[in-house]
Amino acid sequence: MREMFDALNTAIGKEARFFGPDFEAPVLSCVVPKERFYDVARAMKKIDAMLAAEWATDESRLGKGFGIYACYRLRSQYLIVRTDLSADDPTFPSITKRYVPAYRFERQIESLMGLTPVGHPDTRPWIKFEDWPTDAWPLRKTFDASKRMPRVKGKYAWISFEGEGIYEIPVGPVHAGIIEPGHFRFQAVGEHVMHLETRLGYVHKGIEKKFEELSWIEGARLAGRVSGDTTVAHSLAYCMALESMTGCTPPPRAQWLRALFLERERIANHIGDLGAICNDVAFTFILYQNMRLKEMIVRTNRTLFGHRFMMDRVVPGGVSADIDSKGIKEIEDQLDYVSDEFERLVLVLDDNASLEDRTRDTAIMSKEMAMDLGMAGFVARASGLDLDCRKHHPFPPYDRLNIKVPVLMAGDVHARVWVRVEEIRESFRLIREILKSLPDGPIASPIKLPKRVATGFAAVEGWRGEIIYWLQAGPAGEVNRCMVRDPSSICWLGLEQSVPFGNIVPDFPVCNKSFNQSYSGNDL
Amino acid sequence: MNINPYIIEFLQVAVVIGLAPAFVGWIRMLKCWFQGRTTAGLFQPYRDLRKLFSKEIVLAHNASWIFRFTPYLLFGTAVLAGAIIPILSIDLPLAATADVIVLIALFAIARFFLALAGMDIGTAFGGMGSSREMMIASLAEPAMLMAIFTVSLANKSTSLAEIVQVINSGQMMLRPSLAFAFIAFILITLAETGRIPVDNPATHLELTMIHEAMILEYSGRHLALVEWASMMKLYLFVSLAIAVFTPWGIAVKGSLAGLPAAIGFMIAKLGIAGLIIVLIETGLAKMRIFRVPDFLGVAFLMATLGMLSFFILD
Repeated sequence: MREMFDALNTAIGKEARFFGPDFEAPVLSCVVPKERFYDVARAMKKIDAMLAAEWATDESRLGKGFGIYACYRLRSQYLIVRTDLSADDPTFPSITKRYVPAYRFERQIESLMGLTPVGHPDTRPWIKFEDWPTDAWPLRKTFDASKRMPRVKGKYAWISFEGEGIYEIPVGPVHAGIIEPGHFRFQAVGEHVMHLETRLGYVHKGIEKKFEELSWIEGARLAGRVSGDTTVAHSLAYCMALESMTGCTPPPRAQWLRALFLERERIANHIGDLGAICNDVAFTFILYQNMRLKEMIVRTNRTLFGHRFMMDRVVPGGVSADIDSKGIKEIEDQLDYVSDEFERLVLVLDDNASLEDRTRDTAIMSKEMAMDLGMAGFVARASGLDLDCRKHHPFPPYDRLNIKVPVLMAGDVHARVWVRVEEIRESFRLIREILKSLPDGPIASPIKLPKRVATGFAAVEGWRGEIIYWLQAGPAGEVNRCMVRDPSSICWLGLEQSVPFGNIVPDFPVCNKSFNQSYSGNDL
Repeated sequence: MNINPYIIEFLQVAVVIGLAPAFVGWIRMLKCWFQGRTTAGLFQPYRDLRKLFSKEIVLAHNASWIFRFTPYLLFGTAVLAGAIIPILSIDLPLAATADVIVLIALFAIARFFLALAGMDIGTAFGGMGSSREMMIASLAEPAMLMAIFTVSLANKSTSLAEIVQVINSGQMMLRPSLAFAFIAFILITLAETGRIPVDNPATHLELTMIHEAMILEYSGRHLALVEWASMMKLYLFVSLAIAVFTPWGIAVKGSLAGLPAAIGFMIAKLGIAGLIIVLIETGLAKMRIFRVPDFLGVAFLMATLGMLSFFILD
């Protein structure tokens, strides 16, 4: 905390106005004048803080113009810097020159909120499509989401290469597998990728806008649907942000059960990912075995908690599914079996030279690059960044669990595979520990809802990485803004940037699978 | 009792056309068992073919005659090759018309048209597949010729019937040159028929495809013929390896009595060949595409060693 505070003070002195946290999370917040917004970014970059998110709010209901927020993280500390824009001058200084992740955040702000980042190198829309009218800014309060949007003619300016032997390969948005849509455009010479451009937004559903039409309680259900494979972590992050806004603390048993759900989600998805990565290099044995293990886990979720992915099991104030001693026994027995089988499969994974040949040195993301791009989750941990909210920003019960976070240095597909393997092992251990020390008591407490202008913030380590929710209540306590930051919003850029460094076209699927980011979580 | 060789010829072609899908079905069954899954059965490829034949063809507007003609050509060359390779009997009337070099040229014609058809529609994936296929072909074909020449040297003939005749009659003891050629031929077969570790016949990932990328635009009857032809190609390559290296049990000139035994031997050998393919495929990941030249380089080296050892040892 001290370091960020000092850096800010030296950079802009008294011009930053700090305000006390109106929520319990250790988040430092300050307002700075618009012309100082960029200076803060420079000061933060100097102390190696990372940009976690940047977003905008329409605060017309609060009697103001717009707000631009940048959330920085230095190890375990978060700093939210706000600057106010007047309604008649909807521009703000771009911080993309200092922070690469802002590249897409700011394009998205311009596309959806209609605020222009001054000095941004790329003015093409992001998430928004070229056939939307130019003044269609869905996140503004004046935009009516119930009306059908008129379509206009437009063209997206793809980056294209010219020259002898340059070959353009457009892939998607509809893919051959059962996955979500996204467009990848390669410029290749022979098989060597010179440039990769990603275009996302095909599953834009207007989730952030939809939050504003729902009540706080309904919002938890919507959060659980931001990205189906991360439903527990998303609803947990939303609920924790909501609880932080009103200072509500769920009962201890609910906190431990939430951690149980979160770890089970992590194990199921990581096991599935490992299989999928092997399948992309035609090593299908691991795929089918891992699918079997994953299926066992999700079926147990269904019998014990009523839903295969535990959707809607985390609710504001606690959880909606409890577990009895029989259930604990069932989980423990299954865990013994699954972890034994998993270790056998890891031996196969470890022994196979042909597999290792494919994964080593493929899609390398160096530590410097991961820092610059502000990577999160297992992508960051495979590139030597020791980042995990469960350890650095622990919420109960993780403050009592003593987590070991695997960090590997290579940054290639191989490292991303082995970070997952180690995380699965750690989660096996955590679940055993959680089940052993599960406290008694109620599983939910009544939730207090905000009655006035307030903000809430939470960061949760989902299986992909750090998920951030930032909530803002309007004057009557209604939802004014709900900012969702899935790790995909930043890690997609990591994929795009790491592939053109010496990778070949047929290796792309395995590079992509090793990142395995969410389309839905990014497009919102 | 003697039998008209034309009847045997006809029977053999029918066996190639009819049993090729079952051989692929057998490989898939074994693969499922090795991965601990239940199988779709031996006859699933037949059901797939029937399904494709009953579907309509969706043709790109800019498809030329090459695109429409290629499936028939692929199927035709596969049938013709099936008539040349001694699978059931040595005494095949058509075998006399073509030696092993012609056979390789037949496969080359099929590949040439398939690569053209891949580029014909103008999609990115088709061209990519064609370019990769040609890269592999340029390396696999010399290696294959080399391997076959090694065998021919040992038998003093490029006629398949005579090669098989000589080896089958036991005039030739086991030679190191043949062992080298055999290893080379296995590697080439994996590359030529698009199996792991060179290509993955079961993938859905367009960017990684070789053979499948060229035929992505095919549908309906066309696709059925292309698929059937590639099943036959696998069958033929394995049969060629069996004929040249382990022909024992094949029917000799004009005997009807040898035929049931020949069919029995063929099925048993194919069963074992399937097992070998599946063992390789289950244990290996697909290699990076730029490792394929190394892989085929080893095949070429093996074939060359075979030839050298022939001159040194014999």
